Amino acid sequence: MDKVSVFKNTNIKSKNGFLLKVVILFALLVCLFFLSFFIGRYDISLKTLIDIFASNFIHIEQYWEDTLAMVIEEVRFPRIMLAILIGGALSVSGASYQTLFKNPMVSPDILGVSAGAGFGAALAMINGANWVGIQGSAFVFGLAAVIIAFTIAQVFGGRSFTVLILGGIVVGSFFGALLSIIKTVADTENELPAITFWLMGSLSRGDNDDVLIMLPALIISLALLFLFRHHINALSAGEDVAQTLGVNVTLVKIVIVSSSTLMTVVSVAVCGIIGWIGLVIPHFARMLVGASYSKIAVVSFLMGGFFLLCIDNIIRGVQGVDIPLGVLTALIGTPVFALLLTKLKRGWN
Amino acid sequence: MLEVDSLKFYYNREQVIIKDISFSLHEHDILCLLGPNGTGKTTLLRCLLALNKPIAGNIFIDGVNITKTKSSKMAKYLAYVPQASSMAFPYEAEEIVLMGRIAHLSLGASPTKKDRDICCEAMECLGISHLRSKLFNKMSGGERQMVLVARAMAQQARILVMDEPTANLDYSNQVKILQIINQLSEEGYSILMTSHFPDHAFLACNRVMLMRDGVIMACGTPDKVVTSDSLSNLYQTHVCVTEATLYPDDTRTKVCIPVMRKKILKENN
Repeated sequence: MDKVSVFKNTNIKSKNGFLLKVVILFALLVCLFFLSFFIGRYDISLKTLIDIFASNFIHIEQYWEDTLAMVIEEVRFPRIMLAILIGGALSVSGASYQTLFKNPMVSPDILGVSAGAGFGAALAMINGANWVGIQGSAFVFGLAAVIIAFTIAQVFGGRSFTVLILGGIVVGSFFGALLSIIKTVADTENELPAITFWLMGSLSRGDNDDVLIMLPALIISLALLFLFRHHINALSAGEDVAQTLGVNVTLVKIVIVSSSTLMTVVSVAVCGIIGWIGLVIPHFARMLVGASYSKIAVVSFLMGGFFLLCIDNIIRGVQGVDIPLGVLTALIGTPVFALLLTKLKRGWN
Repeated sequence: MLEVDSLKFYYNREQVIIKDISFSLHEHDILCLLGPNGTGKTTLLRCLLALNKPIAGNIFIDGVNITKTKSSKMAKYLAYVPQASSMAFPYEAEEIVLMGRIAHLSLGASPTKKDRDICCEAMECLGISHLRSKLFNKMSGGERQMVLVARAMAQQARILVMDEPTANLDYSNQVKILQIINQLSEEGYSILMTSHFPDHAFLACNRVMLMRDGVIMACGTPDKVVTSDSLSNLYQTHVCVTEATLYPDDTRTKVCIPVMRKKILKENN
């Protein structure tokens, strides 16, 4: 009897441990969210910030300049929101793919979505499309890449996950080649730098419309992944074992691929290609809360959002030079990751 | 309980892996499937678990044809205990056992206290409660096998399908697993296991099935089926089945010993 009661107590304790960690991470993210508004060329006090937001809902006599309100609501707010949403989205897709493929080396662009989107964006740029056109083209080609990879896998590989990864790699290099062609024909004065810059990712052109596109895509994807979270978790035991445990493997595979693709392709369309986050943040999450998918999905989202917001804040803080986002994530992230790996030895094998 | 009727399976027509196999598994049965490597034992298990779709034939559980049943429903009939390999990620034992409850969860629901209690009970029953927060990948082969058995128990299916449950285990862990298999059958589980140790048939099983080249060569009680002739024929190598007296209780049991006599490597002259 004693044994059983001890067992249940620890049970509750470990569950609370997870909740506590989530609450702390969430609180940190909220703090950083508000702090981020103070970064940039326009100085603002906390009271003004609160008043500007409150004035949307209640009547407050305006004592600030119109420009300031515009900077806060049209520039800083969307950029901060996008950093959180994109960081979170990429991390959750990474966590989902890693669990699906039982492979810690997999990232959200494993099925070729970034390569497709990169080509799409570049194609639109050399054809002189406007920003919306570039985003739309990135979205369409990113989606097309994944659909081609998935079709190849279904036709030639049946249920094999290896063929799916191979399909993604093949399609990725195909679009990579197309992108190289575009780079060689692009005019080197304007188009080539624009393409190169886009490929390294940036949030500097994010606006509230982007947030409005990002939100529904994210909510739908996260809701689907949430519904199937225990099934996805079981896939890490292998697709065969998962099926004997009662998981509809094909359905869950489609759920993961479509949700992750939707989140990634929208992120990439909004801000260009940001590598590293989707690959590494899930590992941070695993160090913190273990391997269970439902836990790492939540924690990955919070950590990914926090991390990308930190990086983007640095970029906004360093005035004058517009450092690409994708470059800084890897530059700062890698030493942090290496440090954590040596501190927390929660191994993979 | 489980009835297999003229099952047939192949990946390509030229190479039929399972040719017309029929057998049945009753309550409390421990059926041991013996056969050489590459003879279709695992494929047969995969067919039963609906991982491979049979080309012809039917599988019945309690008289119900399950050849076209959904995986979520199948999981309530049959639980699979795979060979213990490592996981890609650092899962704790308890998280692995909890996976056994998926078939009982409705979509989107979290495991309830009842689900957790069932998992606790399964681990308690196998005496591995102390391992619950240990990382699966840091466990020994014997401990991993126990965790996987616990997961199958948490699944609450009445038939356990075990793929070489004693593979890669030392003597003490082999005996432990066989004893657990015995106890599970007393509790009402039916167990179908494959093995490469004919001795285990005498130690733990009440029925043995010899399989070679996709057909069942013999099926019955270990005493009748496992003989020097049948094993030598099955493995195409000389095997002697003899009796041994066990000290200190003077109980007698049969043992199988492979005989070495042929030189395989050719001498260089």
